[in-house]
Amino acid sequence: MEVAIVLGLPLSGAILLALVGQRAWAPELNATMSFATFFAAILLTARVIADGPILALNEQFFVDPFNVFLVALTAFVGFTTALFSRPYMRAEQDRGRLNAARLRLYHSMYQLFMFTMLLCLLSNNVGAMWVAMEGATLSTVLLVSLYRTPASLEAAWKYFILCSVGIAQALFGTILLYFAAEKVLGAGGGALLWTHLHAVRSQLEPTVLSLAFVFLLVGYGTKVGLVPLHNWLPDAHAEGPTPISAVLSGLLLNVALYSVVRSKVLVDGALGHGFSGGLMMGFGLLSVVVAAFFLSRQRDVKRMFAYSSIEHMGIMTFAFGMGGAVAAFAGLLHMTVHSLTKSAIFFTVGHASQVAGTQDMASIRGLVQASPTIGWGLVLGTLAILGLPPFGVFTSEFMVLTTAMHEHSWATPFLLVALGVAFASIFGKVQPMVFGESSVEPLKRGPALVPVFTHLAIVLALGLYIPPYLVGWYRQAAALIG
Amino acid sequence: MDAPFSTQLVNVLAALLLLIAFAMLSQRRVLTLIKLFAWQGAVLTASTVVVAWTTGYTDLYISAGITLSLKVILIPWLLHRLIDRLFIRWDIETLINIPTTMLIGIGLVIFSFALATPISQMASTLTRSTVGIALATVLLSFLMMIVRRKAVPQVIGFLAMENGVFFAATTATFGMPLVWELGVALDVLVATLIFGIFFFHIREQFESLDIRHMEKLRQD
Repeated sequence: MEVAIVLGLPLSGAILLALVGQRAWAPELNATMSFATFFAAILLTARVIADGPILALNEQFFVDPFNVFLVALTAFVGFTTALFSRPYMRAEQDRGRLNAARLRLYHSMYQLFMFTMLLCLLSNNVGAMWVAMEGATLSTVLLVSLYRTPASLEAAWKYFILCSVGIAQALFGTILLYFAAEKVLGAGGGALLWTHLHAVRSQLEPTVLSLAFVFLLVGYGTKVGLVPLHNWLPDAHAEGPTPISAVLSGLLLNVALYSVVRSKVLVDGALGHGFSGGLMMGFGLLSVVVAAFFLSRQRDVKRMFAYSSIEHMGIMTFAFGMGGAVAAFAGLLHMTVHSLTKSAIFFTVGHASQVAGTQDMASIRGLVQASPTIGWGLVLGTLAILGLPPFGVFTSEFMVLTTAMHEHSWATPFLLVALGVAFASIFGKVQPMVFGESSVEPLKRGPALVPVFTHLAIVLALGLYIPPYLVGWYRQAAALIG
Repeated sequence: MDAPFSTQLVNVLAALLLLIAFAMLSQRRVLTLIKLFAWQGAVLTASTVVVAWTTGYTDLYISAGITLSLKVILIPWLLHRLIDRLFIRWDIETLINIPTTMLIGIGLVIFSFALATPISQMASTLTRSTVGIALATVLLSFLMMIVRRKAVPQVIGFLAMENGVFFAATTATFGMPLVWELGVALDVLVATLIFGIFFFHIREQFESLDIRHMEKLRQD
């Protein structure tokens, strides 16, 4: 029942906003629907914590500690982003970059995007998971090109083509998975249900599954933004409206990684841990290193933070690849804190580029003087994402590093160098943006900074003290996937 | 109809599918490309029907119906309308010349067969060689997307890739669950529509559908 509500709310929101999304109060409606979704997600979470995993609607949906925490996170960030998008999109309309018709598209697709992500997370059917993932691409592609500038069209085209090709590979992987499952479970819908597959995973044919995993990893990995499949990501993040950059970076990448990890659990049952773990560690490490070195060459602020997302997704992929209770715990924690921090950064960066009228870092100067809250928000967000204690990112990165030293010591120098390079590049670029003299006008509309500081406060709190129930929750989830 | 004959029939259709993939790779004219794509859909429909007949899975007839209406009729018609409205009749330029592309294509086919051999061993007799051919079709379509510069051929490449994947689904596994196929078909249709919207936007901005104009966003 809760599952149906969690999915039904954003879907009805999408339909509703498709009708009235151009009205003056549409942003408020968007935020209200997102809040309702968040509230329903909380209820679902409470139910799962109390009663354990649930299967719903003819076994088509499955909720366990692993996906319910992502559902809660997705709904929460979806809600705060809707709050942020209220003043932000109005300011964009004032600047003449948008008209009412496009705002309607924006609001409706925003809700549809939330729906597809939640569907992907909650689905027990690996086929439906694929359909939802493709749906997430389709609902955001027109949002990336919302401004209709040549650069945004190019970014959206790239995003569309690359992700469609990627997702076609994942489709092939899903078919191979079904091909192997059908031999054990018999034909029909049951052979696509994750819980059924999980029960018989040790009997599945290893060669087919190894090939299936390669296709699934490449396919969903394109959406995670793993190097060398990451080309769409910086463009889509830089050219789309900022709320979309925030949800793409903070949520979609997580959901794609979730699909990879779900597949990995099945493959590990048949093949043992080495194969999938090795592949994921390789892709993860490559992403961390390549992204870190690209960071220093960026001029556009949103592009730079997009590369930072690739780096962090690499860290998570590496952590899940290592496997084991501690690494999986660290990966889950990193998913949470990265999602919160990165969306907070995009919020401040969005306002900062509205203040300065450009996304070019060289032209943004003296933010602290022009607008102290935006400036300090950016400083704190940057320090948090760079992994400075006491923020939560430090905790998770520290756990990943210590596990890596312990189990795969060859990888630690790469990770440490990459983290160092990333620190130097990002800090070196953000510092002149926030401090120094400024000549810009403050924003006419008050910026939405409550979401920024809420996110950063949670990240700080997670760095200082993780409440025992949350630890238990992460532990259960880690046990499921480790 | 006895089993060996239907196997031969599926194999012939599989070979045709591969041949059409190569034809698409070498084709310079966009109209012919759409026609070839429709033919590929027709072959896919035929093979689905043969498999359905032989195995008696009735769901596969519906799947064949979806393929026929979507990939042989609706999408080619949409593409035709699009290029009529956009007045694009030009020949296609490729990044690599066609003989070289064909050679790479042959390499890809050998690679896919090598990759698919262990899987073919465990497939039923009806579908022994088809996994390799499906994989080859996917990779050839991928190659087509890489070497073509214009937007429309890239889209056709994507759709042809989807055809290859569906061929794998119908022949190697005797069809996926129907609900799932409907979901995928819907996604493909929506994707085609969005591609259509895109063509107009791109044309508005660049006054051409040449992807080369879109090189503002650099790697760094």
